Amino acid sequence: MVTQNSPKTLYDKLWERRCISTSEDGMSLIYIDRHIVHEVSSAQAFEGLRAANRQPWRRDSVIATPDHNVPTTDRESGIEGIADDISRIQVKTLDDNCHDFNIRQFDLKDKRQGIVHVISPEQGLTLPGMTIVCGDSHTATHGAFAALGVGIGTSEVEHVLATQCLLQRKAKNMLIEVNGELHPGVTAKDVVLYVIGQIGTAAGTGCTIEFAGSTIRGLTMEGRMTVCNMAIEAGARAGLVAYDQVTEDYIKGRPFAPKNALWDKATAMWKDLHSDQGAQFDLQYQFRAEDIKPQVSWGTSPEMVMSVDKLIPNPALFEQKSEDYQKALNYMGLTAGQAITDVTLDRVFIGSCTNSRIEDIRAVAQMVEGKTVAKTIKQALVVPGSGLVKQQAEDEGLDKIILDAGFEWREPGCSMCLAMNADRLMSGEHCASTSNRNFEGRQGSGGRTHLVSPSMAAAAAIAGHFVDITQDGVL
Amino acid sequence: MKKFLSHTGKVLPFDRSNVDTDAILPKQYLKSISKFGFGDWLFDDLRYLDPGDVRTDCTTRKINPDFVLNKPQFENANILLARENFGCGSSREHAVWALKGYGIRVVIAPSFADIFYNNCFKNGVLPVVLPANVVDSLFKLTAQHESIQLTVDLENCKVSYGNEQSWSFTVDESRRQNLLQGHDEISITLLQTAAIQDFENNLKSSEEWLFSQ
Repeated sequence: MVTQNSPKTLYDKLWERRCISTSEDGMSLIYIDRHIVHEVSSAQAFEGLRAANRQPWRRDSVIATPDHNVPTTDRESGIEGIADDISRIQVKTLDDNCHDFNIRQFDLKDKRQGIVHVISPEQGLTLPGMTIVCGDSHTATHGAFAALGVGIGTSEVEHVLATQCLLQRKAKNMLIEVNGELHPGVTAKDVVLYVIGQIGTAAGTGCTIEFAGSTIRGLTMEGRMTVCNMAIEAGARAGLVAYDQVTEDYIKGRPFAPKNALWDKATAMWKDLHSDQGAQFDLQYQFRAEDIKPQVSWGTSPEMVMSVDKLIPNPALFEQKSEDYQKALNYMGLTAGQAITDVTLDRVFIGSCTNSRIEDIRAVAQMVEGKTVAKTIKQALVVPGSGLVKQQAEDEGLDKIILDAGFEWREPGCSMCLAMNADRLMSGEHCASTSNRNFEGRQGSGGRTHLVSPSMAAAAAIAGHFVDITQDGVL
Repeated sequence: MKKFLSHTGKVLPFDRSNVDTDAILPKQYLKSISKFGFGDWLFDDLRYLDPGDVRTDCTTRKINPDFVLNKPQFENANILLARENFGCGSSREHAVWALKGYGIRVVIAPSFADIFYNNCFKNGVLPVVLPANVVDSLFKLTAQHESIQLTVDLENCKVSYGNEQSWSFTVDESRRQNLLQGHDEISITLLQTAAIQDFENNLKSSEEWLFSQ
C-alpha cells in the first residue's frame, strides 16, 4: 500500500504533481505544462477546434515549429521555397494556424527552427518537473530533464489545446539500471540500442522507464536525451532520468529558463526530482556498461540489433520470433552467419531527434577529420537538429571538417529519419543511420536501415562499411 | 463520434507481430491535412506492387494478390486480427484514420502499443486485447475456414464465434462509456473546467516560472 510517506519513484512524483483527478476506473486528468506542435500531427486538431468554436486554453504553453516535412536544402525563400505542393500546404497550414490562434512559432526562416525534441530543450522550454506533450512518439526525449514527456495522437493534441489536460492511465514503473564505465567509442546510442536488444520492443508497453545507474549519470544531457528518446522503441511512452547537477548546468541561462530568484526557487524544487531510496518498481533490469560494444541493427525492428563484432544471428534461435526474424533478414537482403562489417553501405544519414545535437556533430567531425567518404557511398548527409546547432557547429568549424570529408551539410529538420521530404533511400539501399527506427520502408520504400551511433555512422561513411571503432587505431 | 455498441463482421487475419504504424500507413500519406481519405492507403507497401503517394489514383495501381487484404475471401472484412504489439512506432493517428477509412471497426491482438491503443478509442475503432492463445486459435479458425465472422459486443465485453465459443475482454470503463455513447471527450473534460482552473491557479503561485514568458 502506497501512502503519502512511502518512498516514491520519480515517475510517481511527476504524476502526483500534475494529477488533477482520477476516475473510479483509473483514468486520470493530467495538467500539461508544455505543448510542442509540428506540422504533421496538428492540422486536424486545429480544424477540430475551429469546428467546435473552441480556443486554446493556454497559448503561452504552446510552441510550434515545422520539422518533419521541411526541405534540408535552400531555406532562403521560406515556405514558398518548398518545391513539393503537398508538403508546402502542410507547412503553410501550420503557419496559418499559428497566426490564427496566436501561437508562438519558430518558423522556417527562424534560426531557432529545428526538430521539436531538439529545440525545446535548447531554448529552456523543457524544464524539470514539467509535463510535456507533442504529437510525436519521440516526446519521450524530454524525460532526460526529469520531466514527464509523452507522445500523443492528433485527437489528444486537440484535447490538450482545448483543455490543457491529457486523459491518461498511470503507467507501471520500470527501472533500467546501467552501471560501470563505457568502453571508449561506446556512446549513449549504443547503450539504448543494446538495452532494446536485450529486453525487446514490447517490454516497456504500459510502463514509464527510468534510466539510472552510474553509466546513465555519467552521460551528458545530449546523451541522456538520446537514451530517453528511444524509450518508445522499448515500448514505453515515457523515459526518465533523475535531476542532478548535469541537468541544472545544461538549463542555466537558456532563453526561456527561469532567472534570478525564480531560478533559485525552481532549482530548490527540482532537487527532489529523483526516485526515493527504497522506491518500488514493478519491473527492473540491470546491465553492465562493460558488456556493451558498438551496436548495429541488422533487421526491421530496433530489437534486431547486434554488436558490431558479432555475426548476424540465426533466426531459428529465436523460437516464437523466428518467422519474423527470417522475414526481416529477407527484407534486409542479409543471411545468418554473415559479419555485419561485410555489408556494403550505400548511404549514411547523421541526424534525427535521437542524434543531431552538437555533441553528435562533434563526434562526427572528430571521426572524419582529414579523411574522405568512401567512393562507394552515394550520399552521406549530416543534418543538424536545429538552426542553432548548425550555427554552433559552424562557429566551431565543424562544418568545414565535415564538408571537406565529402559529407553534405544540410539545413535542420527530420529529414531522412522518416523520409517525408526529398531525403530518402532507394529500394534495396543499405544505410547507416543515426535515427531511431529501422522499420520496413521507414527511410524510403524498400530501403534498408541500420541504426548506429554518430561515431559508428561517420566511421562507416569513411570505410564504406561498418567498422568496430573500439578496435585499436580507429579512434 | 459514432456510437459503438456491438459489431459483427468478417475477420481479416494479418499474421504478424510488431506491426508498426509505418506499415499501417507509410509516411508519404502523412502530408494530408484531412482526417479522411486514408482508407485506400492502408498497408500501402504490402497492398500494392507499385509505389504511390497522395496524388496517385489507387484504382490504377498494381494490386499485390498475395497480400491478405487483397484476397477475395476477405473482401469487406472489418475486424482485423493481428499478433502482439500491434501499432508500435510513431504516434501518427493517421494509422487509425487509415484503418477506419478502410472500414475496420475492431482490431483484435494480444497486445497493442500504448499510443496507438489510445488513438483507436478517439476514432470509434475498438482495440480488443485477447490472450495470445485465443488469438492463435482465431488464426487457426480462419485458416480452417474460408473466412470467419465474429461478433464483438462492447456492452457485454465479449467476442463470440457463432454460438459455439466466446471470450471476455476488458476495457477502461470511461473509454467504454465514451464509445457506447459516442461522447465528445473534450466536452466531457470541460465539465471539469473549474477544477482545471483551480489547479492552474495553484501552479501559478507554486511554480510561477511556468507562466512567466
